Amino acid sequence: MDTTTIGGCAPEAAICARGISRDFEAGQTTIRVLHDINTDIRPGEMTYVVGESGSGKTTLISIMCGILWPTEGEVKVFGTDIYKLSDTDLVKFRLNNIGFIFQQYNLIPSIDVASNAAVPLIAQGMPREEARERAKVLLDKLNIGNQADKLPRQLSGGQQQRVAIARALVHEPRLVVCDEPTAALDASSGRRVMDLLREVAVAPDRACIIVTHDNRIFDLADRIIVLEDGRITHDGKEMPDGH
Amino acid sequence: MLWIAIRMLTGDAQKFYGLLFGIGFSTLLITQQMTIFVNLVERGASGVYNAPEAEVWVMDPVSRTTDVSYAMPGTALDRVRSVEGVEWAVPHLRAVANVRTADGDLEGVAVIGVDDSTLIGLPERMAKGDKSVMFAPDSVVIDDTGTTRFFPPEQNPIGERLELNDQRAVIRGIADSIPSFTSTVVLYTRYSNALNFVPGTRNRLSFVLVGVSEGQTPEQVAARIEAETGLKAETREEFSQAGVNFIIENTGIPTNFGITVFLGFVVGVAIVGLTFSLFLRDNIKQFGALKAIGVTNSKIVQMVAAQAGMVGIIGYALGVVGTVAFIKGFSANPFFKGFYIPWQIPLISFAAVVVILAITGLIAIRSVLNTEPASVFR
Repeated sequence: MDTTTIGGCAPEAAICARGISRDFEAGQTTIRVLHDINTDIRPGEMTYVVGESGSGKTTLISIMCGILWPTEGEVKVFGTDIYKLSDTDLVKFRLNNIGFIFQQYNLIPSIDVASNAAVPLIAQGMPREEARERAKVLLDKLNIGNQADKLPRQLSGGQQQRVAIARALVHEPRLVVCDEPTAALDASSGRRVMDLLREVAVAPDRACIIVTHDNRIFDLADRIIVLEDGRITHDGKEMPDGH
Repeated sequence: MLWIAIRMLTGDAQKFYGLLFGIGFSTLLITQQMTIFVNLVERGASGVYNAPEAEVWVMDPVSRTTDVSYAMPGTALDRVRSVEGVEWAVPHLRAVANVRTADGDLEGVAVIGVDDSTLIGLPERMAKGDKSVMFAPDSVVIDDTGTTRFFPPEQNPIGERLELNDQRAVIRGIADSIPSFTSTVVLYTRYSNALNFVPGTRNRLSFVLVGVSEGQTPEQVAARIEAETGLKAETREEFSQAGVNFIIENTGIPTNFGITVFLGFVVGVAIVGLTFSLFLRDNIKQFGALKAIGVTNSKIVQMVAAQAGMVGIIGYALGVVGTVAFIKGFSANPFFKGFYIPWQIPLISFAAVVVILAITGLIAIRSVLNTEPASVFR
């Protein structure tokens, strides 16, 4: 698909999604969960993707970060048409350019906090001790440097989420993708995590997408994209009335 | 990443020890049962091993093993001695007899008549006494395993009298010998004595034991004896192998041990397969996260292989050490006398461990490889 014919991509766009549709098979029925999504994600902004459960927001960010193939359409991340890459190149692209923060943190329970935070660097081939030292610097910045040698289960939920943030940023990716980062946290912890995320993840050359339905943190967004039934129904600085 | 894989494995202590138990138990069962099997069937050749000087065994053409033999006429000895390449040839008698024990029981024994002058046919070492005791009247030397059947541990068998086929025999020494397959008590005596102890038949000579001249090979001399005498002649190696083959062909032992070894393999596959699958399933979110972050499937395979390798090496070592401890621990038991672990057996059990881990690893890793990275967002 030629992007120029459907609106083109702004040269500065971190993500350029054009004509994105996605179908899922449910028995003999095909369900379309995304309908012709066209949007750009800009660097230097914290972009929220919000919507009810089943609205397609997780599917959309999965496609945008290269872990779920769209049925139709194309996605360029910093100018690279990621779904035209080979499988191996796509995995490498993710490793070098994207940081992930998951709702359940998905930390490895049997290795310490510093090693967990260092996982992307270790995966890139950096020696473990060097990677741990780099991770510790970031953990210090996130105010959990003194927890570096502990196991994840010894930390609170908010602290574990900070470890997940450190893991997402340690290799200095240009795109950070967060899935419900505050869903497992109480209001104050959630707010602190989001403040921290804004402080460390948002940069002029880095884009940050957050999937959430946590209305306690909507005021922290630079931009909010609302999805309903797989379609973008709102794209602006504030949440629309009625939500 | 391999370090992370190992820590993931060891961090789940329950499954880690479960996997070690599975591999260790399988290795123990396979190695121990094969060791017992090999040592047991090798006892089919104990008669040959206990007469180490003999390089060629000459016998009636229908004879098959030291215990399944048909006697030859005494003239066979002279015919063998006349064959070129025969350095020496001595008579060897093997027969069964009955002994009345001190408490009145009847016990079947094997009587082995060795050469009167050279004592060739007697085991190399004596556990008690000297070989020269064989020259005393009515003298018999009992095998060390046999003493445990006839006498309590606190009783010294030396000097004890036996009623051997209604004749007086006196135990004057104990031979350090390899037990027979049936663990029958063995009494060694001189050939001339043996003729008296064993009921008379026309032919009494069971075997002729032969040493070959310098410059000749046992194979050459055996072939020449067969050609010139019409008797059957086998080298020490051939005849010992015949004894082993006889046990394998005529008993259910290979089947029984084979089933146990197979069960050990199946138990290994079952325990390891189940535990490994559970371990990977428990960590599926972590593997999914790693895949999303950018760890390739080939790296994931390497991680799982490292986990399997670690479990395999430690579990295998535990199994082999367990087998060695078993053999050592039972070495005082006459049944296990002289048991050893042939070097091939640990290799075979290692191959079995590799196959177990390959099968279970391949089954278990499918779930990890099939996990979509996007699943971590669900």
